[in-house]
Amino acid sequence: MPDSQPEDFAADGGHGAVPLDGVPTALGEQPPSGEWPLYEVFVRGKRGLNHVHVGSLHAADDTMAVHHARDVYTRRNEGVSIWVVRADAITASSPDEKDPMFAPAGDKVYRHPTFYDIPDDVPHM
Amino acid sequence: MTDDHDSVYDGLLGEDDSHWAFGTSFEDPLAGVDTTIPDGADPATLATYCLMLGDDALVYSHRLSQWASNAPDLEDDIALANTALDLLGQARLLLARAAAADPSAVPAMPEGSPVPAEDSLAFFRDEPAFRNLRFVEPENGDFAVTIARLLVFSTYRLALLERLASSSDPVLSAIAAKGVKEVAYHRTYAGRWFVTLAQGTPESRRRLEAALPLVWRHHDELFATHPVEADAAAQGVGVDPAGLAGEVGAVLDQVLATAGVERPEVPSAGPVAGGRGRDGRHTEHLSRLLAEMQSVARAHPRGQW
Repeated sequence: MPDSQPEDFAADGGHGAVPLDGVPTALGEQPPSGEWPLYEVFVRGKRGLNHVHVGSLHAADDTMAVHHARDVYTRRNEGVSIWVVRADAITASSPDEKDPMFAPAGDKVYRHPTFYDIPDDVPHM
Repeated sequence: MTDDHDSVYDGLLGEDDSHWAFGTSFEDPLAGVDTTIPDGADPATLATYCLMLGDDALVYSHRLSQWASNAPDLEDDIALANTALDLLGQARLLLARAAAADPSAVPAMPEGSPVPAEDSLAFFRDEPAFRNLRFVEPENGDFAVTIARLLVFSTYRLALLERLASSSDPVLSAIAAKGVKEVAYHRTYAGRWFVTLAQGTPESRRRLEAALPLVWRHHDELFATHPVEADAAAQGVGVDPAGLAGEVGAVLDQVLATAGVERPEVPSAGPVAGGRGRDGRHTEHLSRLLAEMQSVARAHPRGQW
């Protein structure tokens, strides 16, 4: 990993945290001309209960981002609802912190609810 | 995208085709549809009227498709391509309806030709047989011209399709009802870009103001009723476009006011050889467009697509 500041991470294109250097995402900062800010797109499918991240796109503002999301990500009748959010509004965990963040949970199998006997008359388990 | 239930793209390939308005048959766009001519309607009038609306969609679809890979950014590239595809879908249904209403309107093809009737109408008619408005013919110009034209066209077509949904021909009514949802989005897209360009940068405003007179030259043609349209309206299958002018004008004035742009005062493009687009008299742009659009189908008249 190159030297980078853990606090300078944001979501980018659904591929996890990336450095913000050189990416026009900072809030309140005018993007350089010719470059629109990045938005993350979430779509709720016909059968889905949750909005699910499907990708990202560029747009000049929030309304245009919804239009673009409709055009780019729901062309094949996938969705019934769209959320968009500017990528810089998402605070993401840093890849540098991957081990302290996630590794400790890896060996604690007793946190899974698999050690209980489920009575036969309890449905939907 | 890991768990099956997490993907919004699941369920698209299920067995329930009900969300595809006209089924999933790629062979016949009107498969299973009753194409009986409604009482009081003349088959030739209905067919010509369908050609008029179908040719508007077909020619404009081809124009918009020319933006593919050339739009200002990827997202608008897809937006314009989607719009072109929506219109192509409308054109296919309308041309198929025309062919079903009056088979004599379809160009004769060689014995054993695999070309379906709607393709034959699209690719094997010559320019004078096209009934589209001249409004949809000129080159795209820059993005501002494209947006201004899309705004006027989709406002006009939305008002038209909303009324056509009450056509006494159930096929035309269903095609219109499907198109209303599509064209409503085209209008929203164009209207929003129109205001954005008008109030964006000095350059975007300059381009938009330069675009308006080019588009408005053919504005009056949209509401000039052709005898076939008058007959179709009288028979209950069609819509008289003259009756749309008030609603379309009100919508356009609202967008122009929001954008802070004056309605252009330009002389209307006159008839060509005594006729207009609906008569089969076209601008020179259409012949070049058709040459491009029809060349592959004509080079391979027995091609299977």
